[in-house]
Amino acid sequence: MTEFLQQLINGLSLGAIYALLALGYTMVYGVLRFINFAHADVFMVGSFVGYFAARHVPAGTIWGGLLVLLAAMGACALLGVAIERFAYRPLRRAPTLNVLITAIGVSLLLEYGVQLLFGSTPRNFPSIFPARQFHLGDLTVSSNQLIVIVVAAVLLGGLQRIVFHTRLGAAMRAVSLNPRAAQLVGINLNTVVAFTFALGSALAGAGGVLYALNYPSIDPFMGVMPGLKAFVAAILGGIGSLPGAALGALILGGAETFVGGSAYSTYKDAIAFGLLIVIMLFRPAGLLGRFTVEKV
Amino acid sequence: MPFPRQHLGLIATLAAAVAITTFGGSLNAYYLDVAMNVGIAIILAVSLNLVNGHTGQFSLGHAGFMAIGAYLSSACTLRLAPALADASSPLLAQHALFFVALLLGGFTAAIAGFLIGLPSLRLRGDYLALITLGFAEIIRVVFQNTPALGGAIGLNGMPPLTSIAWTYGWVAVTVFTISCLINSTYGRGFLAVRDNEIAASAAGINPTRYKVVAFTLGAFFAGIAGGLFAHLKLAIDPRGFDFFRSVEIVVMVILGGMGNTLGVIVAATLLTLLPEFLRPVAEYRMVIYAALLIGLMLARPQGLFNVRLGKSRL
Repeated sequence: MTEFLQQLINGLSLGAIYALLALGYTMVYGVLRFINFAHADVFMVGSFVGYFAARHVPAGTIWGGLLVLLAAMGACALLGVAIERFAYRPLRRAPTLNVLITAIGVSLLLEYGVQLLFGSTPRNFPSIFPARQFHLGDLTVSSNQLIVIVVAAVLLGGLQRIVFHTRLGAAMRAVSLNPRAAQLVGINLNTVVAFTFALGSALAGAGGVLYALNYPSIDPFMGVMPGLKAFVAAILGGIGSLPGAALGALILGGAETFVGGSAYSTYKDAIAFGLLIVIMLFRPAGLLGRFTVEKV
Repeated sequence: MPFPRQHLGLIATLAAAVAITTFGGSLNAYYLDVAMNVGIAIILAVSLNLVNGHTGQFSLGHAGFMAIGAYLSSACTLRLAPALADASSPLLAQHALFFVALLLGGFTAAIAGFLIGLPSLRLRGDYLALITLGFAEIIRVVFQNTPALGGAIGLNGMPPLTSIAWTYGWVAVTVFTISCLINSTYGRGFLAVRDNEIAASAAGINPTRYKVVAFTLGAFFAGIAGGLFAHLKLAIDPRGFDFFRSVEIVVMVILGGMGNTLGVIVAATLLTLLPEFLRPVAEYRMVIYAALLIGLMLARPQGLFNVRLGKSRL
């Protein structure tokens, strides 16, 4: 029982990070209908920004940690907007496949660009928040895990507020429902798309720093696996649905932690893809998604 | 036409490949090695072109099929080659074994391709890309966790059986099969599925069937290429067949122009030769690939070598 609860806590903190990433995928998909493959690399850039920002703040303090987090989020928001502006916007009317290929190109460019700049040797991520262990009976919770869960919850709450209680959020939902009709009622598509990318990338940046807190070794390719898994989480929850993405991420984080703790731990990375195939076969719209019929 | 172009190409390439292997003993080993790399890249790119280009189903899992072919054929030759050492004609026996091993790898990859083709029944576009990527990753993880196949270390010590004749023989067979298939009455269905799936099914074509056939056949040739690759490099490990390998093949297909066999062959050749000439800047290779992908999609989405623009789109 204790072990079960312990794994649940570990799964929750992993799932919270996946949720931050999955939301970016699901928002971009909702607005533009394509998989932003480069999202995982924005996440990686986020942890690199955090790594360099951490040198300029006092280590091991809450405020320093939050500053690093904000720096990573800001830098990633800018990066996300730039990627959208220069790589995706010229292809707004192109077939999905072309956009997808461009996204893969951007992803590789970020990975290998960072590798050229900083080398491929993994770097040790500093502990930017005060590190402590809390004991609840037999359970151990590290302060980093708590920080991940709290920060993720705050960010998700903030996102919920932006999407459902602001004008820009309403515009986002309108575009995701029907881009052409949204433009007809005077919504500026470019602003909404740029805003979506900024939001999603900022969450990915925060996710990058939080991930590096718990797995303190960063390299240019660290984003690939979490990125793919977060995308699977977004599909699991029903792509385009914000609560779905969070739910899918928690389920995936939990499943992975439990398999990682069992005798089949080497198959941990295959779980997400196995799950993906099962969902695709039996419920392609995901847990909370809506079925749509393609009209000719 | 009494004697189609494809048949002529098949016979000419086969004859040239056998001739070079038989009489080319004094040729520079480095050039031969590069030439075989080019041949393997051509097989991979042309077979992926059937899926991505002709049928329009974006697959990101070609490296997975290649891995199956490489592993299965290597396991086969590694187990059986020592037993053939004292056959009456060891060389002939070895090459016969190699042929069987290649086919074994190819057919196993084809079965995997069939299984992956099935879910493509319900998926299209980016979802399909992701699920093929997922399958390729699962294949890799399974190989990584199978001690009988070397686990994370991989297999090594395969007999060096891949030659110019084997490589270009298979290049000829691959190009021949796929271009004849596409230009046949049946094969027009692949293009119909690509151009408009709904219209194709309204015209009585079964899109699922075509997709599955494309996946199976593409996977078969990828498996063959994997077997040739394994017996050329003589050492394989699961990391050699990851996502980036798939991307490399995809870049060849896109650069050559999706659905343009000749363009894809040129692109596969160029992209394999390029790193050889650019040894000093080898670390920039992937950055160049990435920039190429983005630049092509922005400026010339139909591919660098697609010259059939004037004609009606096939």
